Amino acid sequence: MSVLPAGSDVPEFTLRREDGEPFTRDDLAGNTTVLVFYPSAFSSVCTDQFQIYQEVLEDLAAEGATVYGVSIDQTDSQVAFRESLGVTIPMLSDAVPQAAATRAFGVLFEPTGVANRALVIVGPDQKVLWSWEGEHPGILPGANLIFDGLAGARP
Amino acid sequence: MTPGEDLRTATPPPLRDDDHVRGDAHKPLIVFYADFTCPRCALAHERLVDAGARVAFRHFALRAKHPRAIAVALAAEAAGAQDAFWPFADALYADQGRLDDPHLWQRARDLGLDLAGFDEHRRADAAATRVREDTRAALAAGATTTPTIFAGDSAYSGVPDGDWLARVGYDRAPSLEQPSPPDPQAAAR
Repeated sequence: MSVLPAGSDVPEFTLRREDGEPFTRDDLAGNTTVLVFYPSAFSSVCTDQFQIYQEVLEDLAAEGATVYGVSIDQTDSQVAFRESLGVTIPMLSDAVPQAAATRAFGVLFEPTGVANRALVIVGPDQKVLWSWEGEHPGILPGANLIFDGLAGARP
Repeated sequence: MTPGEDLRTATPPPLRDDDHVRGDAHKPLIVFYADFTCPRCALAHERLVDAGARVAFRHFALRAKHPRAIAVALAAEAAGAQDAFWPFADALYADQGRLDDPHLWQRARDLGLDLAGFDEHRRADAAATRVREDTRAALAAGATTTPTIFAGDSAYSGVPDGDWLARVGYDRAPSLEQPSPPDPQAAAR
């Protein structure tokens, strides 16, 4: 299993927003979306990752991109994690059915059953513009890779 | 420049005239992207000092990392404007439990700085621009944690160990082999 490559159609999926409402493929239409798949709330690497991405959130917004964190954690855990960091990046839960969207995007880390660390930029046409997946969840992609991905995906 | 262009992958900027540099100019340069509120940075700072390294300090101050990260970085810039960057930096790393404004003023007084000038400079646009540009350069260079350290083509995330320092040209000082054990007497003092 590996992350959906650039040019792929995003499959149907359902994640849960922090307010419990669904977030689906339809929510990607018309927007540039950065999905940040991460293994587990409160892990040290995930902490570094979201602190860094928070720093560039306004720059990503200026590029027209909206960022979401995605993990198999329950929403309560995700929100506690986000709030503990003072981070405003909204979280999407893939807890029920567990890891279904993670699997659909090709980023399930089989040895531990959590999301591998991966980035997927989806264009307004619901196709993958750019993606990245680490060899294992311990590898942290710098914010620079997201800006490279956005720049490379522009026509 | 388009939004985010300066955040695309780039090598760290070369040494500038206004970089905060300390150490023997004949030794390999270590570019230290760090934050004054981060304990790992304090330990890394100590190890670089122990190694006698030539260091260029650049800010890697993330708002989400610590509520005082940027405020303290600005204060260090203000000390730098009075030629006291390194003594101020050493004083910050020596006591990360005291980073509020009164503590910063006390450090400035202890170093004989002009307090009015210190306060004026730390609130000036120039200091904010410096801290912001350093941090963005670190992000563009792929830094993902504090500290991130560059020496030539080599990069290191975290507290540098003796092996890495040896690889970039510094002798293995015995104190770098492992963390010092806690000193119970020091804790009691």
